[in-house]
Amino acid sequence: MPLFEAVRLAFSSIRAQKLKSFFSLVGVLIGVTFLIAVVSIVQGMNVYMTDKFAGALIGINTFSVRSQPNIQMGNTTEEQWRQWQRNPRITNADAAFLQERMTTPVRFAREGWNRLTVGWRGRDATDINVHTVDASFFEIKRWDVAEGRFFTPQEVTASADVVVLGYELAERLFQGRDPLGQTVAVGGLPHRVVGVVAEQGNLFGISLDKFAVTPITSPVRRLANRPQIIDAFHVQADDLPTMRAAEEEANALMRVRRGLRPADVNNFHLETSEAALSEWEKISTILFMALPGLVAISLVVGGIVIMNIMLMAVAERTREIGIRKALGAKGRDIMAQFIVESATLSVTGAILGIGTGILLAFTVREFTPLPAAVAPWSIFLGVGLGVAVGMIAGILPARQASRLDPIEALRHE
Amino acid sequence: MNGPTDAPVIRLEGITREYVMGTETVRALRGIDLTIARNEYVAIMGPSGSGKSTMMNVLGCLDTPDGGAYWLNGQEVSRMIDDDLARVRNREIGFVFQTFNLLPRASALANVELPLVYAGATARQRRQRAEEALSRVGLGERMHHRPNELSGGQRQRVAIARALVNNPSILLADEPTGNLDSATSVEIMRVFGELHAQGQTVILVTHEPDIAEHARRVIVLRDGKIDTDRLHPVRTTGAAA
Ligand SMILES: Nc1ncnc2c1ncn2[C@@H]1O[C@H](COP(=O)(O)OP(=O)(O)O)[C@@H](O)[C@H]1O
Ligand SMILES: [Mg+2]
Repeated sequence: MPLFEAVRLAFSSIRAQKLKSFFSLVGVLIGVTFLIAVVSIVQGMNVYMTDKFAGALIGINTFSVRSQPNIQMGNTTEEQWRQWQRNPRITNADAAFLQERMTTPVRFAREGWNRLTVGWRGRDATDINVHTVDASFFEIKRWDVAEGRFFTPQEVTASADVVVLGYELAERLFQGRDPLGQTVAVGGLPHRVVGVVAEQGNLFGISLDKFAVTPITSPVRRLANRPQIIDAFHVQADDLPTMRAAEEEANALMRVRRGLRPADVNNFHLETSEAALSEWEKISTILFMALPGLVAISLVVGGIVIMNIMLMAVAERTREIGIRKALGAKGRDIMAQFIVESATLSVTGAILGIGTGILLAFTVREFTPLPAAVAPWSIFLGVGLGVAVGMIAGILPARQASRLDPIEALRHE
Repeated sequence: MNGPTDAPVIRLEGITREYVMGTETVRALRGIDLTIARNEYVAIMGPSGSGKSTMMNVLGCLDTPDGGAYWLNGQEVSRMIDDDLARVRNREIGFVFQTFNLLPRASALANVELPLVYAGATARQRRQRAEEALSRVGLGERMHHRPNELSGGQRQRVAIARALVNNPSILLADEPTGNLDSATSVEIMRVFGELHAQGQTVILVTHEPDIAEHARRVIVLRDGKIDTDRLHPVRTTGAAA
């Protein structure tokens, strides 16, 4: 019997017992749902973490010299925390020291940071991240200009009272009016708006466009840190190997500057996006390791359910089998019929599972900040597993059916 | 194509079939010798338990004898393996059962197409030949009905169409009117008569003498053996036994 015929026959049998068929394929459905949803979410997260998170929080091929970590993922011991608290702050002199001595070709930018209120004509935006930076900070961030321009190294040298606004902050304060040339109060201090940064969207639901940037020499720096103190010294290379070399160099230089002996631990922190990513990688590795187990358990259970349903089907349809054999069906025709039926049942479950998996992934994307991207390979794998589980589950019942004696089968009620 | 031709379509030599039930052995067939020529119309009679169904199952290659030899169209089917028997059932034999044995969820047409599915015919050939077979038994109009939408007589016609669709060498029917009222039985017997008139070899089991009267030759079994084997000199439809 041709395969197409067998599949059509299988569907008519499945349709004849909709409810039972549905319950029998729930196991496979759940297994494949797991597969699709978890892979989608993890893959989406991967793309997100490597492309957006790393770039947005620190910068590509960039590390920062800090007194303590800015991004913390995973668990930190109490002791570690206290150790960081004792670390001396980073100073302008530290930055100058590194900048003078480092030989690896890199870009530098100092940064001070505070959360302040930014206002314009009585309209206030509170809790705005205000960065006081060198002009090279814009290059490191690779931001685009939406309006106006970024401030220049000359303006930094001249301690100009200028500010560049994040997209959402500009929208909020100016509500469609032109912000360029207007004077806003940053932490109560007047600054002239010279530019607006292009919209960046959000990360895990947190807007990346609510910030203001002023020169590191501008008056607001006093609101960020005590004199000469900075929060971070960013170092960016053009590629990863150069960054690694620069990181090593900076580490060695900082140890020299801090007078550390070989046995001493660092009393400063070199932060890369990888540190943040490594935590994520741990989580995704665990998820990916647990996934085959979860999927396998559901599929094994699903396969056993299908096998039992098929055994019942063989028992219920003994007479049908007898009729088919009497009319010339060979053992292998009957065998094929039941294996195809079992596989069809299972694949139907797998396809439904792909549907619910995708739906779940999209639901997660819509209603949580977590992204999700459906991986095509997981769909193929889902269908493949469906076929395999169905065929394996069908072997025993199909063999039983194919071995029935036609006369006895015909006599069966 | 009127009257039997010389080449035998069936030849049985010393066929035996035994059923072992625990310590007891039931000897359902105790040595059957029989020759049936092409286009014969044979009725097999005998009391209940005399071995009629067992013999039909052997003739229909549904069952294999324990002893003896069976040639169908010159092929020794008593030595065949299961797959070859399946092919013989498919190509050479049309079987009609007392209980119709139609697939309940399939239409009349799909039921009749079934042997052709296993013969490897294309969908078009199947449909065309199944329609032809259904018209031959006078059911051209109700092809798309399911068995439960048909009367008993109509169901048995579907079953006969299904038995005919592969142009079998022999048409076997085990008490084909056993589940039908007498008026419907006459109709069904008319169908068998017509098929025989068209050249079909027909062998049927019945325990009703007036049904047996339709046949040209009547074989009576008793305790697994042929008791009598006689020819009606003239076929007289509807005459009493
Ligand atoms: N599958 C079986 N197992 C055991 N005994 C059987 C089986 N089939 C038939 N028999 C026995 O074989 C004998 C002949 O049966 P059967 O051919 O059905 O007779 P009939 O059709 O003439 O009534 C009976 O005694 C019956 O009980
Ligand atoms: Mg019987």
